[in-house]
Amino acid sequence: MDKSFLTWGKRFLWLNMIFSFLFLYIPIVVLVLFSFNDSRLGAKWGGFTFKWYIEMFNSEAVLTAFSNSIMVAVISTVIATILGTMTAIAMERFRFPFRRTYDGILYLPVIIPDIVMGVSLLAFFALLLGSVNTAFGLEGNAAWRPGLTTVIIAHVAFNISFVAIVVRTSLKDFDKSLEEAAQDLGADEWITFRHITLPLIMPGILGGALLAFTLSLDDFVITFFTTGPGGTTLPIEVFGRIRRSISPEINAISTVMLIMSMMLIVISQFIQRRNNV
Amino acid sequence: MSTRRKSYLAFLLGPGGLWLTLFFIIPSLLIVAYSFLERRDGGGVIWQFSLDAYIKLFSPTGGAVINDFMLIFFRSFWWATLTTIICLLAGYPLAFYMSRQSRSTANILLFLVMIPFWTNFLVRTYAWKFILNNNGLINSMLQALEMPRIALINTPTAVIIGLVYGSLPFMVLPLYASMERFDFSLVEAGQDLGANYWQVFTRVYLPLTTPGVVAGCILVFIPVVGQYVVPTILGGGKVAMLGNILAQQFGPALNWPFGSAIAVVFMILLMFGIAIQFRMQREEEL
Repeated sequence: MDKSFLTWGKRFLWLNMIFSFLFLYIPIVVLVLFSFNDSRLGAKWGGFTFKWYIEMFNSEAVLTAFSNSIMVAVISTVIATILGTMTAIAMERFRFPFRRTYDGILYLPVIIPDIVMGVSLLAFFALLLGSVNTAFGLEGNAAWRPGLTTVIIAHVAFNISFVAIVVRTSLKDFDKSLEEAAQDLGADEWITFRHITLPLIMPGILGGALLAFTLSLDDFVITFFTTGPGGTTLPIEVFGRIRRSISPEINAISTVMLIMSMMLIVISQFIQRRNNV
Repeated sequence: MSTRRKSYLAFLLGPGGLWLTLFFIIPSLLIVAYSFLERRDGGGVIWQFSLDAYIKLFSPTGGAVINDFMLIFFRSFWWATLTTIICLLAGYPLAFYMSRQSRSTANILLFLVMIPFWTNFLVRTYAWKFILNNNGLINSMLQALEMPRIALINTPTAVIIGLVYGSLPFMVLPLYASMERFDFSLVEAGQDLGANYWQVFTRVYLPLTTPGVVAGCILVFIPVVGQYVVPTILGGGKVAMLGNILAQQFGPALNWPFGSAIAVVFMILLMFGIAIQFRMQREEEL
C-alpha cells in the first residue's frame, strides 16, 4: 500500500508542477506570439509581421513614455539606494532610542497595499503643491503640478525600505570583527566603511538597487496617483491603451517590457552568482 | 556613544528618515485626518470636523443591512482569502516538488517561477484579457470547434484567475525557501519511531514549513485585497474591489473624506488580519 501511495503521490506532484508552469507561461507565450500577428482582430492568426513593432517605435507617445520610465527608474533607484544603504547601516550597527519603532515603520511601505500609499500621496501632494502655489502666488504655467518629480519622490519613498531590507541581510551575514579590527588599527568610520564594509556589502547593495529599479519600472498604481500632465510612464501609457481597446500594438509593447524584465533577472542572477563565489 | 559616533548615526539616519517622514508618515496621517473632515466639491476637503464619511460607509441603504461599500469590503477580503487558498493548494506541492529536485534542476525551476515574479504585472494581467476576451483565444477556439461562446471577461472568474496568476510566485518563493532548509533526516527519524506518512507530514514537515506558509499567505493576501489593476482590466469595473472604490472616490467621485475613511477602515482590518495570521503561527509553534 505504501508503495502505490508513494507512486501516486509522485505523479500528483509532477502533474501539479506541469499544470502550474503551463498556467504561468501560456499567457506570456500567447502574448509574445500574437505580437507578430498580422491581423488586428484579437485571436485570429493572420500571418507573421513586424508591423506592430515598427508602429510602436514610430509612436511619439510610446517613446516619450519609455524615456520617462527609464529616467524615473534611474533617478529614484540612485536616491533610494543611497538612502536605503545608509539606513541599513544605522539599523544594523547602532543601538539608539526608538530603534524598534523605526524598524517597524521601515517595513510599512513594503507591507501597505500600493493603492493606499498611492491615494495618500495624491492627497499629500495636492495639499503641498496647492499651499506652495497659493503662498507664492503661482498661477497658470508657473504653478507647480504633479508630474515626473512627484513620481520620482513617491518611488524613492517605497524603494528606501526595499533597499534597506536587502542591504541589511548582507550586513547581518558578514563578520563584524573585520570592522572592529580596522577600527582597532586606527581607521575612522569613513575609512572602515570605504575599505571594509562597502566592498563586502556591494553585492547586497547591487541586489537592492536592481530590485528598486525593477519595482520603479513596473510600478503602475503609485505612479497613477502621483503623476500629472507630461508625466506619463510606460505602464501608464499601456494601461491607457488597454482600457481603450485591445490591439496587437499593446502586445508588442508588452513583449518589449517582458524582454526588459528578463534582462534584469539575468543581471540579478549574475550578481547573485558572483556573490556566492 | 561618543559625540563623533552620534553625529555619524545622525548622518546615516537623517536623510532616509526625513524622506520617509515627509513622503510616507505624514501622507498616511493626512489620510486619517481627512477621513474626519468635510467634503469639498471638486476634490479636497474643508477643514471642519465631520463624521459624514464614516456614517456613509457604515449606514445601511435602501432597506439592505449591508450597503454597497460594505459589500465590496466583504468581497475583497473573501476573494483575497480564496486566492490565498488556491495559491497555497497549488504552491505548496509545487514548492515541495522543487525542493526535492537536484540542485541544478531546482535552480532552473526557481528561475522559471521568478520570471513572472519580475515581469510587469500590468503586462501579465493584459495577457489574460487577451485570452479571456469575448473574441479572445478561448472563445476563438470554442468557435472553431463550433461550440457556443462563454462569457469570461468581466466576470468574477476572470478576476480570480488574474489574482491567482499574479500571486502564485509570491506564494511559491517563501515556501521553497523554508522547504529547502528542511532536514530530511527528521522524516527518517519519525519513520524509525513508527510514524506513517500522514503523521510525519502533519507532525514534522508541516510545522517546520509553517513560517514559509505564513510568509507566503501574507505576501499573497495583502496585495490582493487592495488590487486595482486586475479588477479594472479583467473585471471591466463591473466587479469592483476595494482598490476600485478607493480610486473612484479620489478620482471621478471627488469625495476625499469618504475615500480616506475607506482607506482607514481597510488598513485597520488588514492589521487585524495580519495579527491573526501571526497569532496562528505562534500557536502552531507552541
